[in-house]
This record gives sequence, C-alpha cells and structure tokens, in this order.
Amino acid sequence: MRVLEGWVSGPLSRFLDESAARLVLLMTSSGQVVAQHGFTRSVDVMSAAALGAGIMASTGELAHLMGSPRFGALVHQGTEQGLLLSGFDTPRGRWIGLVAFGPESSVGIVQLFFQQFTDEIAAATPPEEQRGPVLAENFEHELNASLRALFGR
Amino acid sequence: MSGAEHALRRISAVRGVRGAMLVSAPDGLVVSESSMEDVDGRAIAALAASLAGRLRRAAGGAGLGRPTVIQLRGETGTLLAVPAGEELLVVAVGDRETNLGLARLELLEAARGIA
Repeated sequence: MRVLEGWVSGPLSRFLDESAARLVLLMTSSGQVVAQHGFTRSVDVMSAAALGAGIMASTGELAHLMGSPRFGALVHQGTEQGLLLSGFDTPRGRWIGLVAFGPESSVGIVQLFFQQFTDEIAAATPPEEQRGPVLAENFEHELNASLRALFGR
Repeated sequence: MSGAEHALRRISAVRGVRGAMLVSAPDGLVVSESSMEDVDGRAIAALAASLAGRLRRAAGGAGLGRPTVIQLRGETGTLLAVPAGEELLVVAVGDRETNLGLARLELLEAARGIA
C-alpha cells in the first residue's frame, strides 16, 4: 500500500483487511492519485486513474442528461474479477475509489466496507494546508516526491 | 405477492424472528427482504453470503458435503442461513427468544420452494 498522505493509511488498511480487495486506487475527481494498493507499475496506476476519473465524469454527465443526481457507484462483475468504481465526498472535495476484487470477496462485502472506509476518510480528513503558488522550480521536485510516495522509487 | 415474499413473511412471523431475506449468494446482495427492523439488511446480506461461502469451502474440505443449515449464535440472538440452490441464500435474524426449531423448518421450506 502506498499513500501520499499518512492519515489515509489507517482507513485504507482496515478496508483492505475487511474487503480482501486485490487492487485499490484512491484519486481525486480530476484523476490525481491519493493512494494505491496492489499496482506494481506506475504506468498502470496513471492509466487506471485517468480511466476511472473519465468514467465517473462520463456517467455523471449521463446522469445529468437523464435529469438524475449523479450515480453513486458503478459495478462491473467479470468472471474472474469484479470492479467497483465509486465517488464520495470528503472535506477536500469529491474523491473516487476504484476497487478490484476476486471470488474471495463479493460486491456486497466490498460495497459494505467501502461505505465504512469513506465514512472514516470523511471523519479523518485534516484541514488542507495552505499552499503557495506552484512554481516551475518546485513542480518537478513535488512530482518526484509524489511518485516516490506512490511507487517507492 | 410472489412466492419468495410469501415465504419470507412466513419466516418473519415465527416468534422472535426480527427479519428474513433472500440473498444473492455470489454477490452478497439483498434480493428480497421482509421486516428487517433495526437490522442493517445490506450488511447482513454481505456478511452472511461471505460466511456461507467460506463454510461451504470448509465443509467441502472436511468431506462433509455442502452445508444445509448455518446457525450462528451470538450473545443476543441468532442468524440462520439456508442455501436455496447455487445462487440464493435464505437468511433470518432472530433474538434470544426465537423459536429456532420452527424458524429452521420455515427456512428449509422456503429454500425448497425457491430453489
């Protein structure tokens, strides 16, 4: 498990223990990765984050066209793996969770503990630090620090 | 009223039973439920299906065949689950005063009717 901010570790660790999820990707609604578990290649994380955020944006727009509030979750049940993609509100804006699970778990278990996880995240979110403007000389340093935190390299 | 709903109502009518539900066994999702008062039906469905799946593997590994009745006794009540075919599970939650014998009979009858 890799997290950008330490306070996410506790709730995510409990979710992984309870749900037996294989892969988890936590991101902002713009696709910025906050935490990941189970991915080994950075390119896979970035692709999954972009696709997940894109799917949520598309389904949100679809809901808008249908005159509905946005969809809460999207579940894809495959023969070997299932996928849950769900948005949730945090004090830092809307985040998205992408969870892949196998036959050792179930969509009911994953949904149940994902709800607990999002409640814990909402309760544990610290106030956002005031950040200065992103300067070109800091950008590469911050990017490298984030990549190290997420992939340990 | 469908046959499943009727069966769930019969189970819920047993003394001490707080609610009954039909659960999709592979998914752990509620298919139908009857008077699940003060009980988180979604959580019961997910956890009962997970428990049933694990017990099925354990029973198979021990050479016992497939479980026909699962009875989980807690400090304040009992959870009963009976597989109805490959895909469904009939689940009931009862308090300490539940007539467990009759509840088991009703669950087995419901499972036979649904499977």
